[in-house]
Amino acid sequence: MTPKARKNKRLVGLFLLGSVLFNYPLLSLFNLKTSIFGVPLLIFYIFAGWVVLILLAAMATRTREQPPPKPIDKTGP
Amino acid sequence: MLETGVILFVSFAYIGLLFAIAHYGDKRADAGRSIISNPYIYALSLAVYCTAWTFYGSVGLAVDSGLGFLTIYIGPTLMALLGWSVWQKIIRISKVHRITSIADFIASRYGKSTTLGGLATNIAVIGAIPYIALQLKAISTGFLLITQYPKVSVSFSFSDVPIMYDPAFYIALLLAVFAILFGTRHLDATERHEGLVAAIAFESIVKLAAFLTVGIFVTYFIHNGLGDLFQKAATFAGTQNAPGGESGSNVALFFDKYLTIKGQGFSYTDWSIYLLISMLAIVFLPRQFQIAVVENVNEEHLNKAIWLFPLYLLAINIFVLPVALSGVLHFPDGGVDADTFVLTLPMAERQQLIALFVYLGGMSAATGMVIVETIALSTMICNDLVMPVLLRLPIEEMGLRQDYSGLLLTIRRCSIVLVLLLGYAYFRTFGEFYALVSMGLVSFVAVAQFAPALLGGIFWKGGSRSGAVCGLLAGFGVWTYTLFLPSLVAAGIISENFVTHGPFGIALLKPFELFGLQGFNRISHAVFWSLLVNIGAYISVSIFSRPRAIEHTQAALFVDVFRYSGEAGESHFWRGTAHLPDLKSLLIRFLGRRRTDEALADYADKRKLSWNYLVTADANLVSYAERLLAGAIGSASARVMVASVVKEESLGIEEVLNILDETRQVIAYSRELEKATAELQEANRRLKDLDRLKDEFISTVTHELRTPLTSVRSLAEILNTNPEIGADQHKSFTGIIIKESERLTRLINQVLDYEKIKSAQMDWVIIATDIKEVIQDAVASTHQLVEDKNITIEYELTANPPLISGDRDRLVQVMVNLISNAVKFCDSDRGKITIRLTANDQQVQVDVQDNGIGIRTRDQDKIFEKFQQIKDPARGRPYGTGIGLTISRRIIDFHHGKIWVKSKPGKGSTFSFTLPTSRETALTS
Repeated sequence: MTPKARKNKRLVGLFLLGSVLFNYPLLSLFNLKTSIFGVPLLIFYIFAGWVVLILLAAMATRTREQPPPKPIDKTGP
Repeated sequence: MLETGVILFVSFAYIGLLFAIAHYGDKRADAGRSIISNPYIYALSLAVYCTAWTFYGSVGLAVDSGLGFLTIYIGPTLMALLGWSVWQKIIRISKVHRITSIADFIASRYGKSTTLGGLATNIAVIGAIPYIALQLKAISTGFLLITQYPKVSVSFSFSDVPIMYDPAFYIALLLAVFAILFGTRHLDATERHEGLVAAIAFESIVKLAAFLTVGIFVTYFIHNGLGDLFQKAATFAGTQNAPGGESGSNVALFFDKYLTIKGQGFSYTDWSIYLLISMLAIVFLPRQFQIAVVENVNEEHLNKAIWLFPLYLLAINIFVLPVALSGVLHFPDGGVDADTFVLTLPMAERQQLIALFVYLGGMSAATGMVIVETIALSTMICNDLVMPVLLRLPIEEMGLRQDYSGLLLTIRRCSIVLVLLLGYAYFRTFGEFYALVSMGLVSFVAVAQFAPALLGGIFWKGGSRSGAVCGLLAGFGVWTYTLFLPSLVAAGIISENFVTHGPFGIALLKPFELFGLQGFNRISHAVFWSLLVNIGAYISVSIFSRPRAIEHTQAALFVDVFRYSGEAGESHFWRGTAHLPDLKSLLIRFLGRRRTDEALADYADKRKLSWNYLVTADANLVSYAERLLAGAIGSASARVMVASVVKEESLGIEEVLNILDETRQVIAYSRELEKATAELQEANRRLKDLDRLKDEFISTVTHELRTPLTSVRSLAEILNTNPEIGADQHKSFTGIIIKESERLTRLINQVLDYEKIKSAQMDWVIIATDIKEVIQDAVASTHQLVEDKNITIEYELTANPPLISGDRDRLVQVMVNLISNAVKFCDSDRGKITIRLTANDQQVQVDVQDNGIGIRTRDQDKIFEKFQQIKDPARGRPYGTGIGLTISRRIIDFHHGKIWVKSKPGKGSTFSFTLPTSRETALTS
């Protein structure tokens, strides 16, 4: 598998994770009338999940320092 | 400080700054040192997604229905994660095919269809008008609010402000000028506008900074942080609902309203549907397509944008809820529109600078959207709506024009002004009746109709043009019925009954509860029905329709773009060629001379061509020209124009068959050639053989002549020099001389005969002949030969053979030949020759059998050919001239007989010939 394909798979995985996190029924588990650190639980959950998703995406797309692509590599990504 | 004049000055100064940035960006791009070619600018420019809706409207939506506003930003976050799967594919396809708008993309995918392009353009324009109106409303509201500083106006009416005194109108005009200057500066095959992107990225920074400023001010200066704010809000909810109620349940009410997903017409289903349409909107909104796809400099920029853009969305949303709660706390009587809390809160706190900054932030959010949207729409209107109509006008009118590039730019500029004026008109007519967000969501649902045709188009080859047309029509129809028509009700254009009781009182057709469907809010309801019929029509019609050839080609090119793009968009469809001057003048008409020359020079450079020698443009060049044109006038129009100069289109079945036929003929011809060559070579070889044989023949003949001559001469000399020689010896010598002379005569006769037969000058004397007499004559004339070698001859002759018609003397000659041959190859003393005569009604057969050395099988056919002498290395030089058997065969052939030999080496040979018995047979057979 090329690094690009691996990266793409990770991102699709993150997409599925996000789709589950931000939808019923997982959302309903946090849809409670309580607060955490003074912030309502659902809001805390959504923003925390959002941040985690962005961090994971940043890690998944981070490319290692590598030499510029070789000129013979003409196949598309 | 915040007098009207100052506000106006700041407003126009801000737009002036945008002009400066855009101008700088364009200048840098022209100089080849792009300032936008990095992932950060790309991610920031993507944030054109955050409009006045985000800036002002999110707070309003939060007050109205709690957390639902977040879906509009979580959806794009999820879509960004699919950046490499969906966005990159769309970007690659658009770059390969020079696609410049979403309508063009759909038209190009489904066989460069002008119908689809026009339909998609209409949907995009109609869907975008309320959205543009939303921005103008926000600009106008912001201006009206801030000019009344420090008074926070609780109510104002746009209709009280005449158009001539409405700054929003002038700002709209100014934005039109901006869009015209930086969006339609020139016609470009790639349609990229670097200055514009730079300005948009700058605006994204301004609006984020402004919103964060007001958020931090509200949360940490008005209140003591988030916890304090939520606490106060909860307590406030308690006091609000205090009379008669318990505090705990009121806190629960507060949670229900703002902090959980419940009530207020916002269920989990609505949440999921909002997520879905915002996911689609981030890809399919015309301005997003323009920024993310058309203005993309490098696909690799996606890599960082995938998480930077969501980060931006997260940042701009953090303080939405605090501002909303703070606004509710500050204006408890609900007299201030929640959409304006962002601006009214700093105003109420008398923070002039913050208020001014927020006003600018709101304007940056609104103007960014308006500029990009109008440019994207103008490209669509020009390429997919106006051009196809213009190109269908009678040729004479179009033929007069030499240069269309000016016309194209004019069309685009007019489109920009038109779209902005339509947006302004919509805002003046309907703006007062709707909150910002609901106007935006209506647009989201409209552009979501592109999703089936477009996503289906890049992942499913089976999607057909008719399917896409039906899907778009059906989805757009439902959108019109469930969202657009009801909006006319609010403005009083259509009777209220349409919504409350359904058209003509049919309850099943109520636009917000179509077919009795309940449990959705009106947006989700419209999304469900429109996408259901859209996808249903798209798939079912695609399955049951029969796509044309070009649809197949385009489907393969789009779906398998990564497989083909290695060839950088080489020709796959055009097979035809074009007259180069025709093609060039076509390009000049639409692109202008300078750009045409540049593009062609670029093409020649890459392929190391020289135009001097080119008269015809090949299929590759034709495709290249089509893509150039597609960038300027859209793929569908480009196809029509290129087809007008190309000599032949795609290969038909007849042409394929013709080519096959020609190939087959060529193959057959070359096979014949090969055969003829082989025959020639064979003939040549045989000629050489004959030549060699002739040489041998001459030397044999001369030798054969010399031997008897030598003996005749030496005997004659003996007789001459010795007169006293005895009578016996004298007689013996003269006998030998006679015999040798006869032999000489015979030899010479043979050669003469052969010549005669060969030149067909022989005189034949055909008479009734008794074959027995022929044999007897031959035996008599060879008597001496036979006796010399002491060979015995046996006869097995049939008693009364029938007469034959023939030349008696020649037949005797044949017999003499055969007998003397037999004698030649028989040993002395032991030799035995059997002459056999058989006969039936048709023919007589003569066999001459010897017990000599025999003939090898491979030589048996050759001995009848002229000059052939069988050489036997053990016996040295053969006897005879080698023409005896040849002559014999000619004679027998003349009599319509057959002659052949059967032999085995060492066991003797049998020469046989047959002759037909009657003259009739001889003549007719």
